[in-house]
Amino acid sequence: MTRKITSPVVNAETKAFWDAARQNRFLIPVCTACGKAHWYPRAICPFCAGDQIAWREASGRGTIYTYSVMRRVKEPYAIAHVTLAEGPTMLTNIVDCDFDKLYIGQPVAVVFQETENGPPAPMFRPA
Amino acid sequence: MTIKGKAYIAGAFEHPTRLAPDKTVAQLHAEVALGALADAGLTREDVDGYFCSGDAPGPGPASMAEYMNLKLRHVDSTEVGGASYTLLAAHAAEAIALGKCDVALVTLAGRPRSEGMATGTAPRPRDPNQPEAGWEAPYAITTANGYAMCAMRHMHEYGTTSEQLAWVKVAASHHAQHNPHAMLPELVTVEDVVNSPMIADPLHRLDCCVISDGGGALVIVRPEIAKKLNRPLIKIIGAGEAVKHLTGGSFDLTTSGAARAGPIAFAEAGVTPADIKYASIYDSFTITVIIQLEDLGFCAKGAGGKFVADGNLIAGVGKLPFNTDGGGLCNNHPANRGSMTKVIEAVRQLRGEAHPAVQVKNCDLALAQGTGFQLATRHGSATLIMERE
Repeated sequence: MTRKITSPVVNAETKAFWDAARQNRFLIPVCTACGKAHWYPRAICPFCAGDQIAWREASGRGTIYTYSVMRRVKEPYAIAHVTLAEGPTMLTNIVDCDFDKLYIGQPVAVVFQETENGPPAPMFRPA
Repeated sequence: MTIKGKAYIAGAFEHPTRLAPDKTVAQLHAEVALGALADAGLTREDVDGYFCSGDAPGPGPASMAEYMNLKLRHVDSTEVGGASYTLLAAHAAEAIALGKCDVALVTLAGRPRSEGMATGTAPRPRDPNQPEAGWEAPYAITTANGYAMCAMRHMHEYGTTSEQLAWVKVAASHHAQHNPHAMLPELVTVEDVVNSPMIADPLHRLDCCVISDGGGALVIVRPEIAKKLNRPLIKIIGAGEAVKHLTGGSFDLTTSGAARAGPIAFAEAGVTPADIKYASIYDSFTITVIIQLEDLGFCAKGAGGKFVADGNLIAGVGKLPFNTDGGGLCNNHPANRGSMTKVIEAVRQLRGEAHPAVQVKNCDLALAQGTGFQLATRHGSATLIMERE
């Protein structure tokens, strides 16, 4: 992929995620009070407002909830919402794929992609 | 407490420009303000409440209040993107009902066309403090591919087709042919839409709204004032608003905030979808219309494609005439925000001042629906129901 990928924003709430991403580890936030995983990651659980969030290593597996291939740009790319095996659905890109063969429900696996000048961003490719 | 019958839309004005390289955004705001006041038969000195949103230059209402030299006792600059103006019309009615102002001015204006903005196909700049910014910026979500993801899922769940989406544009073009100001006044067919270039699967170029300069304004007043003015009496009878988001990662993209805003508005108005004679439905994309029609209860969830096919939205032909000015798909989309012109065309219909070719007979009850920001992530939604007295 040669499309320049905008760097993620690393802040106090998300530094642990991006540190792990630099080591190719995909973490998801799980609330220790209600046990639910959420996305996007935040310090306060969106379901029970608990503030003890644990980072858990995720399987990196998911399925495409929906997607679209942006065609009216120099380098077409696929945006998608992917439902993770652990529950939450996240916005991402599908890479290393034939754009014309993507489908809703397709199994995908995480792959970290370099960004302009930040940590690598989690994207997915057909599994 | 209700706003039902507490406020009237006395003035409405749509800027005739679609390309304004020779004007500033502030100037356009002032021009539409003066246009709406003249339409109402009021002056700047009568305005004591001002309502604007993110398109108004400067922070909140202060810069435009100064530019127009308004003396105000109530202001509101709620920002919910393109839904802001159906929402602000309701907020104006609330403020009037509470006695906070008597004559409320709502303005919208912008110049994305002159400024060469890639409105739909380039990511918008974000405040890095937006908590979701870092989780979305790497993936280049744009207006077009976001709404396209909603369309893709709607097709998957309900069998909606590109041809059905195209019918929304076909209906809009039937109306736009009568509007001398419309950017795209040409009649188009379903084939024209599905054969136009793909922007973001499954949305074609003609599934997308236009990019235009321009603006619009409303003047909303207390009943006692409305009754002294020489204009038809257009009463606000119900409103609802909602913000829909991704709920921690568990969501359904085939439904919009209109599923919550709509029922609130219908309950306040004491009417049902079947009673509505004319509907202005925000049409950033064809899919936006189908999802909102379902959410508002004009048809069942998933039946929107079937509902719009065969011309149900075309005035004089179908069950629910919509966007008789041509809407965002054909007429204009000032400041990339569509709900102001939605209210204005509803007012024209209720007054009997729409183009004769598209005027709905005995149009005494109308709805205007706005959606703002991104349907595929987080958006505002606002429903406004109006009645001719």
